[in-house]
Amino acid sequence: MERDAGALRPAVKASDGLDGDSAKDQVEARVVETARFVTLRINRGEANDVSGRWEDYEVPLEPGMVVLDAVLHVQAHSANDLAVRWNCKAAKCGSCSAEVGGMPKLMCKTRLEEFDCSKPILVQPLQTFPRIRDLVTDVSWNYRVNRKITPFRPRTDREWRFYQRDVDRSQEMRKCIECFLCQDVCHVIRYQTQEKPQYFGPRFYVRALGLDAHPMDSANRLRLLQVEGGIGLCNVTKCCTEVCPAGIQITDNAIIPAKERIVDAYQDPLRRLFRKVTGTT
Amino acid sequence: MDKTLTARVSARGLGATERQDRWWVAPAAGALALAVFIVYATWAAFVGTDYEFGPYLSPFYSPYLRPAWFPLSASLIVLWVPLGFRLSCYYYRKVYYRSYFLSPPACDVSEPTRTYTGETAFPLKYLPIMHRWFLYLSILVLLWLWVDALRAFDFGGRFGIGLGTVVMLANVVLLSAFTFGCHALRNAVGGNLRCFSCARGGSLRYGAWRGVTHLTMSHQTWAWLSLYSVGLTDLYIRLCAQGLIHDARLIL
Repeated sequence: MERDAGALRPAVKASDGLDGDSAKDQVEARVVETARFVTLRINRGEANDVSGRWEDYEVPLEPGMVVLDAVLHVQAHSANDLAVRWNCKAAKCGSCSAEVGGMPKLMCKTRLEEFDCSKPILVQPLQTFPRIRDLVTDVSWNYRVNRKITPFRPRTDREWRFYQRDVDRSQEMRKCIECFLCQDVCHVIRYQTQEKPQYFGPRFYVRALGLDAHPMDSANRLRLLQVEGGIGLCNVTKCCTEVCPAGIQITDNAIIPAKERIVDAYQDPLRRLFRKVTGTT
Repeated sequence: MDKTLTARVSARGLGATERQDRWWVAPAAGALALAVFIVYATWAAFVGTDYEFGPYLSPFYSPYLRPAWFPLSASLIVLWVPLGFRLSCYYYRKVYYRSYFLSPPACDVSEPTRTYTGETAFPLKYLPIMHRWFLYLSILVLLWLWVDALRAFDFGGRFGIGLGTVVMLANVVLLSAFTFGCHALRNAVGGNLRCFSCARGGSLRYGAWRGVTHLTMSHQTWAWLSLYSVGLTDLYIRLCAQGLIHDARLIL
């Protein structure tokens, strides 16, 4: 039986299936009979179309269904030309980032049951980045920011031996899957569009702190974060932490430690005095 | 910033969003909860009476300093310390940036169109360094509050426990959990190290950092509980002093 979501409810009646011979038809008929439907309101548009157009698609709701399932159902049955980027469907590749119900989410990790399915669920591309088509955005700005970060510079004066507790902090930062939901939600990048100052965004404070907290690293990234990275523009309102699908405590474990290290290095006169007296760096 | 990051949402004016949930509940609750405390605390600090009862002393009026030359309410001599500590706290900054400055009011909700400088301009630029100094002073005040809490067991030379003793003790425990979960303290005890094992006293510092981290991760909870416990402790002692309620003696 062809399951065309757009026409499913009016076109398929329970009796259609019961008339069929195969058991499969009967099962499918029961599913259709009891199926609940959800309306996906998807924002579509061509490259750089800022506002796009909202289009409604009906999708049969199945238990445990995630937003990506629903979007792929639309793509398969109602809108073959719908552009959507996805790969692993396991919250590991960071490709299927979008805004669902107005909040940045990985579509593969967001169940439809989280929403009020009696109303249309809004699905739109990441609003902070320019659209390529439909739900696909150009996030290449992030890769350019990434190149500005001083790479790992291993110490040469010490043996490569350390304890797990010494790399815990660094490893938390390595959980990042580069979905850029935190970059999308960060209000500094999202809304301050005119005359944008230099700003790296949460994902790259995570990367920088991940390197800076590594026991074998020897580079200093604090001045970079402060001047070119614009970490002072972050006002620790924690939206990045709220949306992180990898569960990284971005604000508490990356941004605030980085801010504190910058205060240590350049602001705190007591620490400066302490360093002078003890001769430490 | 890069031209290719011409964000698709330019500033759209306050409150524009596609969010479908009740996003305004959290910032509104934050604004209200802070406002209620600020109004009560201001009144309680300036009123200058009914702040002690038996062995109990209101946290707003501790340490018990009464210099003759000070013309205003005695609470104002010390109250700027916890006030400054909380104003510069990373968690409270989040609350008032969201609830009062609307910057942003909630995640993915548009903020008012204006020039945004974050924490790069005076005075916000100096919040992190001020927070350290307020932390040092707050630890001193906290020590005093512990002394007050222990004194609340002393009913005219006899050991006793009243409901007020329990209230004061709970208050100082909550305040300690808040103070010792401070992000600045977390950095100072070990967070500033690249390698715990390589540092002098590394194990000790790692242990301290772990302990502080444990509290830091629930800083929000301790921030609200301790804020309200201070207010309620003052209110309890005030009502006792005014004779409006009777302090139940549990052990005497």
